[in-house]
Amino acid sequence: MIAAAEGARPLPQIRFRNRTFMALVMAPDAPMGDWFAALDRELARAPGFFQGRPVVVDLATALAEGGPVAASVVLDGLEARGLRLAGVEGAEPSLLAGTPWARLAGGLPGRDADAEPAGPSTLLIDRPVRSGQSVVFEGGDVTIVGAVASGAEVIAGGSIHVYGPLRGRAIAGLRAGPEARIFCSRLEAELVGVDRLYRVAEHWGASLHGRPAQVRCDRGALRLSALD
Amino acid sequence: MSKVLVVTSGKGGVGKTTSSAALGAALAQAGQNVVVVDFDVGLRNLDLVMGAERRVIFDLVNVVQGDAKLPQALIRDKRLETLWLLPASQTRDKEALTEEGVGKVIAELRERFDWIVCDSPAGIEKGATLAMRFADLAVVVTNPEVSSVRDSDRIIGLLDAKTRRAEDGEPMEKHLLLTRYDPARAARGEMMRVEDVLEILAIPLLGVTPESQDVLTASNVGAPVTLHNPASPVAKAYADAARRLMGEDVAVRTPVEPRRSLLDRLLGRKAAAA
Repeated sequence: MIAAAEGARPLPQIRFRNRTFMALVMAPDAPMGDWFAALDRELARAPGFFQGRPVVVDLATALAEGGPVAASVVLDGLEARGLRLAGVEGAEPSLLAGTPWARLAGGLPGRDADAEPAGPSTLLIDRPVRSGQSVVFEGGDVTIVGAVASGAEVIAGGSIHVYGPLRGRAIAGLRAGPEARIFCSRLEAELVGVDRLYRVAEHWGASLHGRPAQVRCDRGALRLSALD
Repeated sequence: MSKVLVVTSGKGGVGKTTSSAALGAALAQAGQNVVVVDFDVGLRNLDLVMGAERRVIFDLVNVVQGDAKLPQALIRDKRLETLWLLPASQTRDKEALTEEGVGKVIAELRERFDWIVCDSPAGIEKGATLAMRFADLAVVVTNPEVSSVRDSDRIIGLLDAKTRRAEDGEPMEKHLLLTRYDPARAARGEMMRVEDVLEILAIPLLGVTPESQDVLTASNVGAPVTLHNPASPVAKAYADAARRLMGEDVAVRTPVEPRRSLLDRLLGRKAAAA
């Protein structure tokens, strides 16, 4: 406490706190229309990823290809999509002077790291999958609470979990590759596959039929094993 | 409140037309105003089973295409005055039906009848999908045998996808009618049991009808099996199913093997099923 002159009120001690966050760095390039269309697709797929995140815009490529007018095209476009601009890099501060973004010149300090907006990562189906129906979900795992009928198929980017009898086809790992697995409460499947490997029911025979089972890639081969 | 009921299966020859006629007649006998509509354009059978084949002047295709008015095509049953038939065309094919036209006919039928029983053709093509399009509820006819069960599963999937009700997000009541059930073969393990079929199809059971010679006899004389021989086990099973459709709580009786007398067994005779 700083001693004050007699009769004056003492000043408060200010407490400072740090807050860390990850800003997003975007570097638009021509053609602008395509770039913004792609951005819109990402915004739709994973809105939560962009919500409230400060955005640093690197205008270097845009200016090189589109000239000075590109700056306002890009910054207007980003603001119109509700993105919170926190800094502008790759542009002379004089370019932004007089615009509403003048104070953003100079960008933000920090180190870049990889980032990828992920869409919803698992699909849940809580009804039986009927014969002839095809469930295709590349975005991640598929969980089914119910039966998968003979003549139905489930295809997933990640793993497949069936809480019920699996009687049709299941193919996992379209995106996740050999890490993916298939789990089911009752193995009565016609065909199972993980990544590029597959087996038909004739291969695994009667010993696993009707039992809870998992299918996985193990050292380059498809392995089925009982879970009970 | 009128109800549009589709009798469908996927697989052919499992008993859709027999069941449409039997259920329609049983509902009419209970005092309901019923029309049975044949959607199997080009391969019509419902008129034969109903005994009306010599009275067909206009049919569903004529009405859909505007060549005739609905009352001109409707045929009244000679035995039950609240039972009517709208036959299909035999000379045309399913391409002659349009969704819009069928929709209008169904709407007009709703004004006159309590129950509109749509006898679907086999398959999953336009004829079958049109028959189910405007339905409020479905009876899925299945034989206790693997091909029929798988085809019925497919049809159930379509009922949840291709009907107006499904598209509007409303629930579609589906009931399983297990037909041509042979208790002796089921006991020997040659035929799927009721529980096995229910486990795969997972829809509520409307009834189980036994394999019966009365079905062929009734179709030969042109009468729904519930009218031809109401005391037979198969007719009773259909009558019970109709009561369940009307909301009554009737316990489902799985047909049992008839008890054969010593003489019957010696002579290799089969007694009438009890």
